[in-house]
Amino acid sequence: MNDRLIGRAGFLGLLGAGVAGLFYAKDFTGTVDRLVPKTVSAVVPTSGWRIYTIADTMPDVAPADYRLTVDGLAGKPASFTLDDLNTLPRAEQVSDFHCVTGWSVNGVRWAGVRLQDVLDRVAPAQSVTSLRFVSAEAPYEDSLTLEQALLPDVMLAYEMDGGPIPRPHGAPVRLVMPRMYGYKSVKWVNRIELRAEGTAGYWERHGYDVDAWVGDSNGLA
Amino acid sequence: MAGRSAAAPARIHRFTLTERLLHWTHASGFLLMLATGLILYLPSLSTWISRRNLVKNVHIWTAVAWAVAIACIFVLGNRRALLADWRDAETFDRDDRRWLTGRRARQGKFNAGQKLNVIVTVAFALLFALSGFFLWLGERDHTFLFDGTGTLHDTLTFVSVAVLVGHLYLAVIHPSTRHALRGITTGDVDEAWAARHHAKWVEAERASE
Repeated sequence: MNDRLIGRAGFLGLLGAGVAGLFYAKDFTGTVDRLVPKTVSAVVPTSGWRIYTIADTMPDVAPADYRLTVDGLAGKPASFTLDDLNTLPRAEQVSDFHCVTGWSVNGVRWAGVRLQDVLDRVAPAQSVTSLRFVSAEAPYEDSLTLEQALLPDVMLAYEMDGGPIPRPHGAPVRLVMPRMYGYKSVKWVNRIELRAEGTAGYWERHGYDVDAWVGDSNGLA
Repeated sequence: MAGRSAAAPARIHRFTLTERLLHWTHASGFLLMLATGLILYLPSLSTWISRRNLVKNVHIWTAVAWAVAIACIFVLGNRRALLADWRDAETFDRDDRRWLTGRRARQGKFNAGQKLNVIVTVAFALLFALSGFFLWLGERDHTFLFDGTGTLHDTLTFVSVAVLVGHLYLAVIHPSTRHALRGITTGDVDEAWAARHHAKWVEAERASE
């Protein structure tokens, strides 16, 4: 055999495997996370989460200072403290989180409130069709239609995996919309505006789909 | 040999300026992209340094500068030396195959392990550039948002860091190989060392003199 073919074959084999991986490789961080001990995953995070921010500083909201303003087309616009939200019926769910860039975290445990219970307290107008969620991380925002926001697994979460939501995940309150890609699940939510028509969110102004259904939007199969 | 004193051991030229420039350009580009990439990737670092847009821009522009610099070195530099190295790295003769199975065997300018390192490094550089380009493009045009782009880019990073740790150990710490660091910085290595570790290469160099 030609001695040079050995190295050439190895080189082309690596390239071929890499190009195939571009199209077929799946996120495996979740699998790694189940295999490595917790002491290892504390140092080298393998949970699968990536932290994406758009502003120069990450919001750092003290729980005591937190206010959620619900306004717009509401008969009784209101402002909720974290304690106020805690007095509303507590909802819990386990759902998967899918990022549009290809990674997922399965089986995240959330606790919080359903949007219906929030809306019930502000007397929304009949004309409301859309909810605009505004983040403390300006200018981040996104929206859901009223129908989407009232799906049974959509919530305003104040707990994640058994504890308060950590700062990088949107403390103290974030939206959770598991059926859509993660950019719809606005972190650090401090305002919900009730509207008669929809608005484009931050990433939607950068070309992403407004209806970001997992597996059926943004060109992803 | 008569004119050389014992205090100044004979040197032999191992790497041209082009080869050394290529090595250090790739190394500095890699380290800068690794540092910025880890800030973008690891939640603890992303939280600590939250200026994601700035870090992302540094990462992307470093990639552009890295690719342009490497292309310039290839076009303007000593292409013959680079191509000869590549031909050398791709060729695994009987001695190289013996060496890889842990037996003693005479080696050329690169030992078989170094050849593997060259092949992996070049292949990974191309795949890093390809997956990085599609990460950038996919964010702008979703036709190019592929399932495995991020996973490929991340996997290349994990493996590269492991390879880098081994490379640094051999280049800086391991007693029998750390002399090679001199070759990639100054270009010259000690001839007696080279005769022990790269016998076939030293013989060929002497024969061509």
